[in-house]
Amino acid sequence: MAEGLHLQTLTQLAAGLERGEFSSLELTEALLGRIESLGPSLNAFITVTAERALAAARRADAARAAGAAGALNGLPIVHKDIFCTKGVLTTCGSRMLENFVSPYDATIVERLDAAGAVVLGKTNMDEFAMGSSNETSYFGPVRNPWDLERSPGGSSGGSATTVAARLVPAATATDTGGSIRQPAALTGTIGLKPTYGRVSRHGMIAFASSLDQAGVITRSTADAALLLGVMAGFDERDSTCLDYPVPDYKGALSESVKGLRIGIVRQHFDAGLDEQCAAAVREALAVLEGQGAVLTEVDLPNLDLSVPTYYVVAPAECSSNLSRFDGVRFGHRAADPEDLLDLYCRSRGEGFGAEVKRRIMTGTYVLSAGYYDAYYLKAQKVRQLIAEDFKTAFADVDVIAGPTSPTPAFKLGDKTDDPITMYLNDIYTIGANLAGLPGISTPCGFVDGLPVGLHLVGPHFGEETVLRCAYQFEQQTDWHEACPEAYR
Amino acid sequence: MSGQWEAVIGLEIHAQLATRSKIFSGASTAYGAEPNTQACLVDLGYPGVLPVLNEEVVRMACAFGLAINATVAPRSVFARKNYFYPDLPKGYQISQYELPIVEHGELFISDAHGDNKRIGITRAHLEEDAGKSIHEGFAHSSGIDLNRAGTPLLEIVSEPDMRSAKEAVTYMRKIHTLVRYLGISDGNMQEGSFRCDANVSVRPRGQQELGTRTETKNLNSFRFVEKAINFEIERQIELLEDGGEIVQETRLYDSNKDETRPMRSKEEANDYRYFPDPDLLPVEIAADFVEAVRDTLPELPDAKQQRFVDDYGLKADDAGILTGSRALADYFETVAAATEAKAQLVANWVIGDLAGALNRDGLDIEQSPISATELAGLLERIEDNTLSGKIAKEVFQAMWTSERSADAIIETKGLRQITDSSAIEAVVDKVIAANPSQVAEYQSGKDKLIGFFVGQVMKETGGKANPGQVNAMLKDKLAK
Repeated sequence: MAEGLHLQTLTQLAAGLERGEFSSLELTEALLGRIESLGPSLNAFITVTAERALAAARRADAARAAGAAGALNGLPIVHKDIFCTKGVLTTCGSRMLENFVSPYDATIVERLDAAGAVVLGKTNMDEFAMGSSNETSYFGPVRNPWDLERSPGGSSGGSATTVAARLVPAATATDTGGSIRQPAALTGTIGLKPTYGRVSRHGMIAFASSLDQAGVITRSTADAALLLGVMAGFDERDSTCLDYPVPDYKGALSESVKGLRIGIVRQHFDAGLDEQCAAAVREALAVLEGQGAVLTEVDLPNLDLSVPTYYVVAPAECSSNLSRFDGVRFGHRAADPEDLLDLYCRSRGEGFGAEVKRRIMTGTYVLSAGYYDAYYLKAQKVRQLIAEDFKTAFADVDVIAGPTSPTPAFKLGDKTDDPITMYLNDIYTIGANLAGLPGISTPCGFVDGLPVGLHLVGPHFGEETVLRCAYQFEQQTDWHEACPEAYR
Repeated sequence: MSGQWEAVIGLEIHAQLATRSKIFSGASTAYGAEPNTQACLVDLGYPGVLPVLNEEVVRMACAFGLAINATVAPRSVFARKNYFYPDLPKGYQISQYELPIVEHGELFISDAHGDNKRIGITRAHLEEDAGKSIHEGFAHSSGIDLNRAGTPLLEIVSEPDMRSAKEAVTYMRKIHTLVRYLGISDGNMQEGSFRCDANVSVRPRGQQELGTRTETKNLNSFRFVEKAINFEIERQIELLEDGGEIVQETRLYDSNKDETRPMRSKEEANDYRYFPDPDLLPVEIAADFVEAVRDTLPELPDAKQQRFVDDYGLKADDAGILTGSRALADYFETVAAATEAKAQLVANWVIGDLAGALNRDGLDIEQSPISATELAGLLERIEDNTLSGKIAKEVFQAMWTSERSADAIIETKGLRQITDSSAIEAVVDKVIAANPSQVAEYQSGKDKLIGFFVGQVMKETGGKANPGQVNAMLKDKLAK
């Protein structure tokens, strides 16, 4: 069997499987071994589905032998624990769902299974995807493989960490305000958030329905393109999933960026951005310019309103979405309730953590009679303005580029007492969620040994453009190949 | 009601739409299944599941909008009404709030003076029903049946245009007839498919400003609507006359005690925090969709009633009764088309003997043992003088129980009317000969005795002689 399988990307592994250099079973066993030995100190998994994975790998090998290999046949992945997986624990990082075994599969789980993927487990995450550091998880924080004292970001911190630590080549993830892109940036991986409506939300436990979007974290852009091609497309079980043709994402990568118009947002480089991060991003932009891309400055005048807007819209939706967790039908139920009110109050009081409660309360407040117009309605109007800003900008450019996160990975515990500072971590990523745009974060350098991400945003259904831009950048650099020493 | 008070009434009618599956899921809407056997993961509000709108409910709401001359909104929006209750699985009900699918409709009823009165319909919106909490049969706990959760409802909100319980019931009946005509609701009130909340207030006659209203919830029969409203009107007037004040509140009607009572205030202290449901896109209805629905609309009750008056020459009241349901109207028309009998005679029979028999046996018109064609066969025999009206009733009863045709019964029972003059003449002669003293009295001017002679002839013929013929012949012979 080949050595160093854990270092290979999905695309490389697919080729190896196809050539018969190793079987999916061997690959799966190798990665499960790494997960067992290296996983616990990272706390990246909530559930490891070893038995299921081995069975799936055997099926994949048999399918290949029978000449019936799917697009992802025998390739190992993990799912963020926000996706419902039939017969497997699906916790969403919460005590509320500590014992919840889903009776059905999410659409993307179904599609990846059907393509032959082998699922190794479910990854740790901020509780109900509410957090930027993975510290709100009921199952404890995930640690960043580049420095175990630091956060991998969030909320898809477990997915990013497993990929960065070479425990698995790719992971599914979700992004409501930056939850794919920010952890990708903080762990030196590639994180793709597609256009809102590109990938079905069916079976993805809702945080903020109008912002949530499923995507992937990988170690190569080609892998992201490969997975997106399987996950994307219309699903009749999600009314917000658009019936829009799925292009050949991998085929779109090879085209050069010559003449590609890249917009630089002036406000992105204002105070708040770490100077060394800024330098790394500027250098990355110079690389793209060297490849023939044309850099121009664009203005997003309402960008400074994106964080406050987000923190009205997202909590409002979450306060309603999380009402179904009431202790009546599933999930945590308080012991010996005295009456209905006691059942509600204690089940929810015990089941939810502090950050989730904070957002439910904020959301309940902004939707309340007398406050709705001033907060929720106003926020929706500002959201429109922000979307308009992007639309205007995309009249002149093909991609908007900038930093993914204002700083590299921060220490665990550093920001937990100050939610506002924590919220500002998503300042560069939230706009794409509010406007429903596709975005990708790709590694573009290091600051004090910690990865920095380059953020590329495209117009609606502009996945091909952002993927191509990231891919072409990747061809000139090797940041995405950097591996934390303990995980080589 | 005291003369100086005026009641102001508005109704919110909930009509369950007659779709096979639920409004946002594929689960069945059939009534009466074992608890929780018709609730899928969407109805149960499981994590990660999403609502998908059933197109059929849009078509139905659209048909209703057209039928009440309303605006069918080109764009309507589903909103979440947030509150916690065990039979509300998601912790919110999907409804429509600011932008309903139907707005600005109207319906005409006859008021107390028989005049046409317009009742405005503010809006009609789509929403999902909740499940059902069951408190009986459980010790120290409650049961929840979510079969009904997600059942599509059309909530029809009237303007406060009604001034008496009677008007309110007339309006509600009219809506009931209409939704069944359109085939969008079975209107079954026992099963809760058609129910209403009544908003009632009173004010001194002549005052423009509205009084404080109460809302009486979940009235599921026409009788209860009338009684609850009348109770509420009396209660409010009495309270005001005693110097009290009306509290704006939600009340429940107790049919056993025939009174309304306030609901616990805790249940209505909710701030529902309505906001557009981000899981559902706005419903955009194109003009050609509306036109396609318009093309499928049946003839509506008012138009049908007018046509029955114009084309069949029926009395307006009779036409109103016959058009009270599509099935009854269709029955009438089938009979009318199959016989030479006058339409008013057909109407009299359908409204009279047939409706009476159906009512007696607790049957719907669809279950009538006598089909429209069979009834036409009976009326044919009246029209061609084979049967007298009296004998026809006898034949009708025989048909009702025997499933045999009128002609078969007439033949076997020998009920054919005697129209043969010579046969009648023989009997007439016999009766005249047998009653000489009465003949003398008649001839001395006691004209009324003609009835006696007719009666005797009919008796002799077993009622089969044609009464008109007998009458004429007797008069002729006795005059000699």
